[in-house]
Amino acid sequence: MAKVVLKLGDDISTDIIYPGRYMATVLPSETPQFAFADNVDFNKRLKNKEIEPGSFIVAGKNFGCGSSREQAASCLTGWGLKVIAKNFARIFLQNSINVGLQMVICPQIEADEGDEIEISGGQVKNLTKGKEFDTIPLPQARQAIIDAGGLIPYTRKLILAQRK
Amino acid sequence: MGMTMVQKILAKAAGLPSVKVGDVVEPKVDLAMSHENGALVINQFKEIYQGTGLEAKVWDPSKIAIIFDHRVPAESSKTATNQKKIREFVAAQGITKFHDIRGDEGGICHQILPENGYVLPGMVVVGTDSHTTSHGALGAFSFGIGATEMASVWALGRVLNVEVPGTIKVVVNGTLPKGVEPKDIILHLIGRLTAEGANFKVIEFHGETIRRMPTSGRLVLCNMTVEAGATSGIVPPDRETVNYLRQEAGVKQIPQLFNPDPDAVYEQEIEIDASQLEPQIAFPHTVDNVKPVGQAKGIKIQQIVIGSCTNGRLDDLATAARILKGRKVARDVRMLVFPASWRIYHRALKAGYIDTLVKAGAVVMNPGCGPCLGVHQGALADGDKALATTNRNFKGRMGNPNAEVYLCSPATAAASAITGEITDPRTLIKKATPAGHVKRSTSNVKRPKAARKGRK
Repeated sequence: MAKVVLKLGDDISTDIIYPGRYMATVLPSETPQFAFADNVDFNKRLKNKEIEPGSFIVAGKNFGCGSSREQAASCLTGWGLKVIAKNFARIFLQNSINVGLQMVICPQIEADEGDEIEISGGQVKNLTKGKEFDTIPLPQARQAIIDAGGLIPYTRKLILAQRK
Repeated sequence: MGMTMVQKILAKAAGLPSVKVGDVVEPKVDLAMSHENGALVINQFKEIYQGTGLEAKVWDPSKIAIIFDHRVPAESSKTATNQKKIREFVAAQGITKFHDIRGDEGGICHQILPENGYVLPGMVVVGTDSHTTSHGALGAFSFGIGATEMASVWALGRVLNVEVPGTIKVVVNGTLPKGVEPKDIILHLIGRLTAEGANFKVIEFHGETIRRMPTSGRLVLCNMTVEAGATSGIVPPDRETVNYLRQEAGVKQIPQLFNPDPDAVYEQEIEIDASQLEPQIAFPHTVDNVKPVGQAKGIKIQQIVIGSCTNGRLDDLATAARILKGRKVARDVRMLVFPASWRIYHRALKAGYIDTLVKAGAVVMNPGCGPCLGVHQGALADGDKALATTNRNFKGRMGNPNAEVYLCSPATAAASAITGEITDPRTLIKKATPAGHVKRSTSNVKRPKAARKGRK
C-alpha cells in the first residue's frame, strides 16, 4: 500500500518528466535530481525526501511520449517511484522495462493525490475511493527482461551463453 | 497472407520466410545510430560486460554511427567531457561512421545518415533518438530506442524481443497547393491520428503525392510519425529513392527494392487529398493540437526558428529565402536558422540563400539541433511565443516551461517572420512551385570532396 503523490493528465512528455536542458546529465546515479524539474514544488518534495519510496505517480494516456531520453525513466527509478498510467508511449515503456522502473497499465484508473493504492492480483485497488480497476499485462515479449531484473543483466546472460 | 513493408523487412532480418503482426522476432541490425547520448550507451555497454571476464567490444564497428548534433559546439564543460569520452570510445572500438563537430562533414544525425548513404532500403536501423523514424523515407525500418537497449544492440548486433507492429496505410493523392508543404501533410495527419493514435504501429505512405515528392519531403513525413506515437514511418522505395541514393548519397550498390504485397493487411487506412490542404499550425503544448493557419492568424511571435531534423534541408532554406528576398524580418522578432547539415549550409551559401536570409535580418547558426530541445542557442523568455519548423511543442521545449512553441512549415515560418505574427504564407507567395514538387535543386551539385573522404 502506498500513496499517490502526483496526479497528471494525458500526453505527459519526457520533456516534462526530464527537461531537455538537463540531458547532458546521463548517469542513472545523477539523473534523479532533475525529475520533474519544471514542477518546482514536486521536485523540491523529492529532494527534501518528503516522498516515500514506493509512492505512485498516476497519469492518463500516452505517458512518456516524445524524446527517447532514458533519463526520464532512470530519474524516477532513482526515487523508487512507480507509475500507473492509462497507457504508455512505446519507447518510454521499453526504457522503463530495461532500467527496472515499475509501472502499471490501467486504462480505467481513477485516483487523486493522497489516495492509498494497493496493487494485487492484476488489479489496482484504490483503498481511499473503495474502487478496483483491471490492469493490462506488460508486453509478454519483454517478460524475460523483467524477470532478469532489466536489460543489462539479461544481455549479460546472453553474451556469456553466446561465448561459451 | 500478404506482408507490409515492415513485415517483409523484419522477416528478412530475422531469417524467416514470413512474419505476422504480434510475432516476436530478434532482427539483425544493419545500422545503430547514437549522438551525444552515446555517453550513456557507453556507460551501459561497459556495465553489461562487468564481471564477465570478457572484453567489451562492439559487435561490428562498421555498423555503428555516432553523430554529434544535440549540443554543438558544447554548451557546457559537462557536454564537452561527454563528447571527449565518446571520441575516445570511437577510436578505441574502430567506429568509422563518426561525425564530429566539423564544418566539412558535421550536421544533424537524421540528415547525416541519409546524405552519406548510410541508410539503404530494406535495412533495420535503430537510433537512440525518437526521430530515427526519419529514415523510413528511404524504405528502411528505422526506429528509436533507449540507451540501454542500444548498449544491448552494440553487444549482440540484434534487437531483442521485437513485436512485429501493425501498419496504418496513409494514401496521399492530389497536388499540394502553392504555399502548402509536406510539413502540412504530416501535421494534418498527426491532428487526425492524435498523439497516441499510432502508438506501437508503423505508418506506411502511399499515393501519387508521395511518389512525386522528393526524398527531402519524405524525410519530413517519416520524421514526425513518432509524434502520433508511431514506431516508424516508411515509404516504399522507388525511382526517386534510387536517384537520391546515387546522386546525393553517392551509393554505388543499390540493393534489390521491394514493395508491400498487394494483399498486405493494414489495421487502418487513411486518405488525404493534398489539393484540399491548407497550411497547418500545431498549437502548444501537444503536437496533435493542429488547426489550419487561419485559426492562428494574428498571434504575435517573438522567435522564429527554421531548421532541425524536420525542416532544415536545402529546399526548406530555399523556400524561406524566396519569401524573405528583398524583405525584412519584423523588428520585434528574432529569426534563427539552423541548416540540417554542413553540406546543406555550403550549398545554401553557394545558392545565395544564406546571404538573402542574413540580409533580411535572420541569424544563421551552425548546423545542429539548436534550440529545439532547449539546451542552448535560442532559449525563450517567460511569456515568449515561438513559431518553429521543428517537431515538438511540449511544455519546456526551447528551454522555458513559461513560453509557448507553435509548429509550422518553412513557408509559414518565413511569412510570419516578416509580419511578426502567424501568417498564411499564401498571402505572400506570388509565384512559387509547390514545395512538395520542387525539382531537386541538389542533383547537379557535386558532393563536397571533404565529406566523401573516408566515409564509406
